[in-house]
Amino acid sequence: MAEEHLERIFQDKIDEEIRIEPKDWMPDAYRKTLIRQMSQHAHSEIVGMLPEGNWITRAPSLRRKATLIAKVQDEAGHGLYLYSAAETLGITREEMIAQLHSGKAKYSSIFNYPTLTWADIGAIGWLVDGAAIMNQVPLCRASYGPYARAMIRICKEESFHQRQGFEILLTLSRGSEAQKRMCQDAINRWWWPAVMMFGPSDESSPHTAQSMQWRIKRFTNDELRQKFIDVCAEQCTILGMTIPDAELKWNPEKNHYDFGPINWEEFWNVVNGHGPCNKERLDARIKADAEGAWVRQAAFEYANKKKEKEQRKVA
Amino acid sequence: MPVVNKKKDSPIQDPSSGFMEPFLLHLADNALILGHRNSEWTGHGPILEQDIAISNIALDLIGQARNFYQYAAKKINEYPDRVVNSKTVTEDSLAFLRDAWDFKNCLLVEQTNGDWAKTILRQFFFSLYQSFLFEGLQLSADKQVAAISEKAAKEVAYHLKWSSEWVIRLGDGTEESHNRMINAIDELSKFTEELFIPASYELEAAKHGVGIDLTLIQPRWKEKMEAVFEEATLPTQKLKEKLWQGLFGKEGRHTEQLGYILAEMQFMQRAYPDSEW
Repeated sequence: MAEEHLERIFQDKIDEEIRIEPKDWMPDAYRKTLIRQMSQHAHSEIVGMLPEGNWITRAPSLRRKATLIAKVQDEAGHGLYLYSAAETLGITREEMIAQLHSGKAKYSSIFNYPTLTWADIGAIGWLVDGAAIMNQVPLCRASYGPYARAMIRICKEESFHQRQGFEILLTLSRGSEAQKRMCQDAINRWWWPAVMMFGPSDESSPHTAQSMQWRIKRFTNDELRQKFIDVCAEQCTILGMTIPDAELKWNPEKNHYDFGPINWEEFWNVVNGHGPCNKERLDARIKADAEGAWVRQAAFEYANKKKEKEQRKVA
Repeated sequence: MPVVNKKKDSPIQDPSSGFMEPFLLHLADNALILGHRNSEWTGHGPILEQDIAISNIALDLIGQARNFYQYAAKKINEYPDRVVNSKTVTEDSLAFLRDAWDFKNCLLVEQTNGDWAKTILRQFFFSLYQSFLFEGLQLSADKQVAAISEKAAKEVAYHLKWSSEWVIRLGDGTEESHNRMINAIDELSKFTEELFIPASYELEAAKHGVGIDLTLIQPRWKEKMEAVFEEATLPTQKLKEKLWQGLFGKEGRHTEQLGYILAEMQFMQRAYPDSEW
């Protein structure tokens, strides 16, 4: 069948909201876009374990410690689903991880910021997971079946994490002066990076139009960002804290909040490797991988030995 | 100026007040400290699936610790004269406001993670011990101890299966993994004897039908351990090294490791006392 014809069938399916499955024909560019986006998403889950894991051993109560371990473990699980879903496109987990370590594949820049106090764990839950949910809920309807199905599971857990994060901040906001200060300081540091999580504004987002035509994306970066800001501005009043944007103001005509300019220079700096923790995060992943090499090798050799033994038994 | 917490006596220091508190704290401290150690792996495991597994075990152990601390706190709060500065004792005050000499965990669980071989071997030694311990404690005369142990036994069965499989895999894997297991045995075997030397409160607990006779589980532990080692092609004669006599974690005489664990773990509660988290 001519490529042109296949492409028309493919786009028709998408337009009719029929899911594309691994064995279906798909354009190369669609496959490449998905691999890029899904592996980037998987890497974000894995690298994202680091800033939060940073506070497991210092969590201030046993309940918080247990919840935080469970949360970081959930992120590892999300990474697993996403790597598996991406593998259906013909790339292995090892290849994807190698691309992360070489710098070829990216992960969400937000995890290149440091977690300096306990309140950061709350702020990550509220703002970072909150932004992630805004991005991810529409992905539950993404045109590629395995991705959409992975996202359904992930979103359920993420919304749980977001509530936990908000609850950490709420507790701090009702606590001592030091706790309130910690809470505001974390919001001050995480607000703008979270706002930037939606990516470049629509006019400078190279992939948006094509991704929307393929129904991988359903809303533009700026639409999602606006929705996020509207929700958080309201939630922040419950905390009695301030969002660090002097221009943040309800606009009754637009029915949205207006907000101040985004520092895109910072955004591109962090994306291009010059954030506060880019090197630390990548080094930690490379170290874990290198130090685990002998463990994986041993498991592989042992499995082979066992298989041989069983084959001999059968023979 | 920061407020310094001047509590001189921890509320549960008096050993003459009965075996129940130190016994419960011992069970809780074991679980908390090993859970803490395992949680240091979260995000750094050798492979994603195993990162999840070790974090899961950490979570189970911290859950066990919480159950025992909560029960200990309830017991302590039943005696108002034992409560210092009219502050109610909680799971968190027990975990975060005692110093190393009041911790009653075995020395094995506070040892550093080292490489994956050492972590695996530490887990295997301890889970094997816990499997016999909770099997016995499920029949404890104390209903709450029995109930907590029944739940914990189910978790430990998985920890034991997982760690046994890893001991075998590493022992019988590559030359490097085998050698790393031998090193781990060298480092950890001296801490296994303590598991079976009863502290005074364990003897009392056993006498009252609350605890178990540890000398009865030692041969069973050894037999099972040797069976797993044999399958893992690991030598068992290495396990004879004695511990230096002055150390006894169950009575609060620890290695240097515990102080560092507590400095990190207790930081928030010490820096910001009397706060809700």
